[in-house]
Amino acid sequence: MLNYIKLIALGLITLLAMIGASYARDLAYQVNALTVALVAAGMFLWTLRNTDEAVSYRDVSGEYMDGVVRAGVIATALWGVVGFLVGVTIAFQLAFPVLNFEWAQGYLNFGKLRPLHTSAVIFAFGGNALIATSFYVVQRTSAARLWGGNLAWFVFWGFQLVIVLAATGYILGATQSKEYAEPEWYVDWWLTIVWVAYLAVFMGTIVKRKEPHIYVANWFYLSFIITVAMLHLVNNLSIPVSIFGSKSVQVFSGVQDAMTQWWYGHNAVGFFLTAGFLGMMYYFVPKQAERPVFSYKLSIIHFWALIFIYIWAGPHHLHYTALPDWASTLGMVFSIVLWMPSWGGMINGLMTLSGAWDKLRTDPIIRMMVISVGFYGMSTFEGPMMSIRAVNSLSHYTDWTIGHVHSGALGWNGMITFGALYFLVPKLWNRERIYSLSLVSWHFWLATIGIILYAASMWVTGIMEGLMWREVDANGFLVNSFADTVAAKFPMYVVRGLGGVLFLLGAIIMCYNLYMTVKRSPAVEAKNHMVPAE
Amino acid sequence: MDTYTILRQIADSWMLIAMFAFFVGVILFVLRPGSTKTYRDVADIPFRHEDKPAPKGGRPEEA
Repeated sequence: MLNYIKLIALGLITLLAMIGASYARDLAYQVNALTVALVAAGMFLWTLRNTDEAVSYRDVSGEYMDGVVRAGVIATALWGVVGFLVGVTIAFQLAFPVLNFEWAQGYLNFGKLRPLHTSAVIFAFGGNALIATSFYVVQRTSAARLWGGNLAWFVFWGFQLVIVLAATGYILGATQSKEYAEPEWYVDWWLTIVWVAYLAVFMGTIVKRKEPHIYVANWFYLSFIITVAMLHLVNNLSIPVSIFGSKSVQVFSGVQDAMTQWWYGHNAVGFFLTAGFLGMMYYFVPKQAERPVFSYKLSIIHFWALIFIYIWAGPHHLHYTALPDWASTLGMVFSIVLWMPSWGGMINGLMTLSGAWDKLRTDPIIRMMVISVGFYGMSTFEGPMMSIRAVNSLSHYTDWTIGHVHSGALGWNGMITFGALYFLVPKLWNRERIYSLSLVSWHFWLATIGIILYAASMWVTGIMEGLMWREVDANGFLVNSFADTVAAKFPMYVVRGLGGVLFLLGAIIMCYNLYMTVKRSPAVEAKNHMVPAE
Repeated sequence: MDTYTILRQIADSWMLIAMFAFFVGVILFVLRPGSTKTYRDVADIPFRHEDKPAPKGGRPEEA
């Protein structure tokens, strides 16, 4: 019966999407509508073939739902490589403008690829990592199977569809020009549906948990899911110009719109890239170190302090703008207060290794996690410093910001995700260990050196251009033209690109290593059969 | 008074106090006597049910 309802719904969606494609006002909408039609038609055929077939039920309540986590791990690794590759491409496009090919103008030039890169690494790589690890962690720490059956699969595939629609939309020109919130209205609506399903699966699993206490990692994951839902809804309040076109108009305007955007933007950093990934830290670091977190009390205080303070930090993106001074001062003060919880969390992560520091020498996976927590501490020190108005007057609009973002994203988010992937793949595919530890070491050093090249060159070029922009001669005239600063930045741009190449290389080595783990590593000896009944 | 002014006054007074009190309350609650033992136990949660969910019914034993 359910299959018949599904068939009707999928048929209708296919039909509506095809009508949308034929009436489309712009190319991006048309391609997106055709993508939806194709996906819905494919699912229609698949459902049709399974309708009225005999179904064999198997009791799965005694095992974890790991299929969707495996899919998420694969997606994370692949989207990671794609995102890094686009990043390396645009880094070299900045260094060598000739790479903005004439034949691809309007499609593959820097302006089009840049949001593709940021969305690919943050949402496709980071988002998949968060969804996969949260599904893994919430099951283990709740001692319960995921709630909602195949709803978890809907979350996974629905999220991939968001990524594909957004990415093709960017290239073809559908964007609402809000940083990190570029997707247009219909992608926003679809993401909302997927996100509600995600929340339901996660909450449902927590509700039916068998552990009386909700482990701290789940608190971080849950705050990430809820806050991102709230941010997404408010920042994407827009009215489509036509139901058959991708263009929409924002409800807020002027400084209110700017403030909403950076309230969203900074909390996307705070809750997507920090709270969610801290959930990872609080599970995978203890697991890999094989000892409980340093201080559970500190972890609770870390949680509440972080979510109480982060939400106010957004206005520091709008120093010296039409935003009232009190608001930007508020943002600045809260950014500086954030030092406390951030460093509390970092100390908690690092000290989890106390008594097991020798593992740093022998286990490159724990080394990866430790350096990621180190980068978390470093970029959460740098960020508040840059939010101070006087520092911001030098750093804003320069490459220093880009360097800061990447020390956080590559160092903290990237490294903790790599560590989690190295931990997860042997577990999920039932392998004794990772295929090659020396390849993990290679990955570790390539990535670390890559990040250092990246961050160092961006510090140099950022501070240099900041100083060049404000340099005046004895008569008060500006000394440098904008083009002078661009020319002066060339060597640092090349170094940055090389850093990116090293980081990408490391990720490709990781993919090979993970693939070989699944293919070649010895399977764990089955412990389950031949055990006497309890 | 217009909505903005009313909301702003509530935010600047009672709401601020409420949030601050909640936050201080959390810290005091975490440091309550006897919490160390509880937290030492719950910090071990990740090491309990690695391979399969807790069996149906009853408090879970070590997996």
